[in-house]
Amino acid sequence: MTSPYISGSSSVTAIMFKLMLAMLPGIAAFVWYFGPAILLSLAVATATALICEALMLIARRAPLKLFMTDLSAVVTAWLLALSLPPLVPWWLVAIGTAFAIVIAKHLYGGLGNNPFNPAMVGFAVLLIAFPLQSTRWPPPLMLSATRVSFDITLAYVFPGLVETPRFLVDAETMATPLDTLRTQLGMKQTIGDFSYMPVFGKIGGVGFEMMALGYLLGGLFLWQQRIISWHMPAAFLAGIAALGGMLWLIDPAHYASPLFHLAAGGTMLGAFFIITDPVSGATTPKGKLIFAAAAGLLTYVIRVFGGYADGVAFAVLIMNMAVPLIDAYTQPPVFGRKART
Amino acid sequence: MRKLFRFHGGIHPKQYKDQSSRLPIAVAPLPDLLVLPLAQHVGLAAEPIVSPGQRVLKGELLARPAGAVSAAVHAPTSGTVAAIEQRGVPNAITKTDWCIVLRPDGEDRWGERSPLKLIGVDRATLFARLREFGLVGLGGAAFPSHIKLNVNENTKIRSLVVNAAECEPYITCDDRLMRERAPDLVRGLRLIAELLHPDEIVIGVEDNKPEAAASLRAAASADALAMDVVAIPTLYPGGGEKQLIRTLTGIEVPAGRYPFEFGVACFNIATVHAIRRAIDLGEPLLSRVVTVTGNVATPRNFEVLIGTPMNQLVALAQEQTGTDGYIMGGPMMGFRVAAKEVPVVKATNCVIAMDAKHFRAAPPELPCIRCGTCSVACPADLQPFELYWHTKSHNIENAKRYGLADCIECGACSYVCPSKIPLVGYFRRGKGEAAAQEKAARAAAQARERSEWHEQRLSREAQETATASAALSASGSASPAATALKQASVQAALQRARERRNEGSADGNGA
Repeated sequence: MTSPYISGSSSVTAIMFKLMLAMLPGIAAFVWYFGPAILLSLAVATATALICEALMLIARRAPLKLFMTDLSAVVTAWLLALSLPPLVPWWLVAIGTAFAIVIAKHLYGGLGNNPFNPAMVGFAVLLIAFPLQSTRWPPPLMLSATRVSFDITLAYVFPGLVETPRFLVDAETMATPLDTLRTQLGMKQTIGDFSYMPVFGKIGGVGFEMMALGYLLGGLFLWQQRIISWHMPAAFLAGIAALGGMLWLIDPAHYASPLFHLAAGGTMLGAFFIITDPVSGATTPKGKLIFAAAAGLLTYVIRVFGGYADGVAFAVLIMNMAVPLIDAYTQPPVFGRKART
Repeated sequence: MRKLFRFHGGIHPKQYKDQSSRLPIAVAPLPDLLVLPLAQHVGLAAEPIVSPGQRVLKGELLARPAGAVSAAVHAPTSGTVAAIEQRGVPNAITKTDWCIVLRPDGEDRWGERSPLKLIGVDRATLFARLREFGLVGLGGAAFPSHIKLNVNENTKIRSLVVNAAECEPYITCDDRLMRERAPDLVRGLRLIAELLHPDEIVIGVEDNKPEAAASLRAAASADALAMDVVAIPTLYPGGGEKQLIRTLTGIEVPAGRYPFEFGVACFNIATVHAIRRAIDLGEPLLSRVVTVTGNVATPRNFEVLIGTPMNQLVALAQEQTGTDGYIMGGPMMGFRVAAKEVPVVKATNCVIAMDAKHFRAAPPELPCIRCGTCSVACPADLQPFELYWHTKSHNIENAKRYGLADCIECGACSYVCPSKIPLVGYFRRGKGEAAAQEKAARAAAQARERSEWHEQRLSREAQETATASAALSASGSASPAATALKQASVQAALQRARERRNEGSADGNGA
């Protein structure tokens, strides 16, 4: 053993724990606006992640206790669960999580070695394989005609296990603000024609905007704790706001305000929790700015011009591919070799 | 107020300095045996000029410097040379090395001392004195001091930077030295200034040592020497030579370059003390101040003769049970000595008795998660996690591209790593591999050159033989049979030469 013989107190477990802590305000808003179903999703995702992690560690003959306590699998599980709508069947969450942990994480070498963000790989698989279930959001509780009681929630999440009560599934779903924007514009409406709809809330949609605020608060906590640097969130949000703002200024009848895009969908979760995944993201200060700004632009492009209502997942996965290139070209100058005098 | 510059990164490890900085420096008693390694410094090992059985006086030269980059070794006390043999040495890489073993006679009788008066003395004399007096940097690197002073007459030294930062945890030897011997230090600075004629003298003291800074300031004003004692922020590794020069002057000295190329000379404060003794008192480097701390009852500083066995020194501070080894130097950059009996050498600024309470076993290493905390902490602006990939996979070429040579091995990256990866350990190993590769490349180049000379000689010889036989055949009978015979012998000679050449080149490739 060579020096240093002392070390700081930081640990992977502590980082992951703080990440989970930082998700709590967003989760609280989630529960407030969409009911406790998300807690079941989180539980299913956590259980699946831990089981898959343990099985893969055993298969890879890696030290079980060391890696099970790093909490990284739980963070992946939570990020995936928070990306999905609530009231989804348990198997959907389980398949996505299993894919994230087994294929996106461990088959690439486990902790620290995955080139793609595991949670987003799991989410993208669900988006492609089960497009309906993965994007069908229930209305926020205050806009809902029917009360979703807890046994109905259980029936949704564990179909077959719990006796399914008679109700119309369609009555329990509602287009998200991003979906509504897309369909209405597709029907040759202008934003002024439909912006009165209650689903849009104040900025980014009822519920979504408060969840965004929750994630923003959690993100600021992570920044204060020096777990994330400002580069990524700032550049990601700036990327969305810049392109969104430009188009909105040119044609406000057909492009929603940049503020809407910042508060809607997965923007804030993406900005502070997803693109900031260090393993699959760029690492140099300049590289982080490029990576995150490009992810922001892509998110907007996919949302507005692409085939999906939200674009965070695909934007992140596409940019993950560019990371080695970005890092190689943005190495900062070392001590004594800078241009400055 | 002087404008200070920031260097990138840095960390705030726990200090553990109060323990040993309270008590004044004590003089360690004469041990029963002194072990003096011949290689205590950067460069070539000194050459012994004494033989076993020989009686020597205190301060007498035992081994002379072996080249330009080398330093002399002297007898720290009077006594008899007991042996010149391989002994355990405090070194991070080699465990044993050649040492002169001296048995003190207890009289501590000085040999001849010849103080120098600076007036009328030329640079060359001074330079030779420092070289002959075994002076090396006492901050831990042990770089021969005379080289730093031997700047060309035309080299303008603008700033004489004095390193009194003492940024490593636990170490307080410079702190005590400044508090107790400030007038001597100011005198030493005056002497160095006489030599280098700097525009300014700047002393960097970390702001966790206000007493030391105050003591220096008082001594400077008493001596009327213009110097700037600057309190620099306590931030490890603020006492790294390059980092200190950056903090005080804004200049960044890149890896592989010397400060004097940028008009800066940098000395450790303890070195200044030793230089003053060499010039004013005519005393070679025989002792130094060493912090003894860690698992001892009374941590404090001792003035110790070079060659004193570490376990005897630690015993003076009442070593506690449970000590399972010694660190020489600080906990960030020091190393664990192979045996407790190894001697104190010129580079020994601190001995820490390790116990399980303060120095827990290395936690299990997790994979790198590329969080970049190490690059935030790196004072050389490196991306340690990138270097880690390349050094771990022994890809030295790529590691060099990512600045392996620029790493100052401060250990800040290892300290902050949440995955507990001993990053700097990988970089040290990588540097060793890089050095080995360069050595092998040099050896191969030499072998190739040798083989080419060899070939040239062979073909020249063959040609000479051919010419000689041709001359012989021309002068003798010109019968076709005789000519054929001659030609055959020439051919045979050429063939032999060719064979030998092949052997030669095979050797060359093999080397």
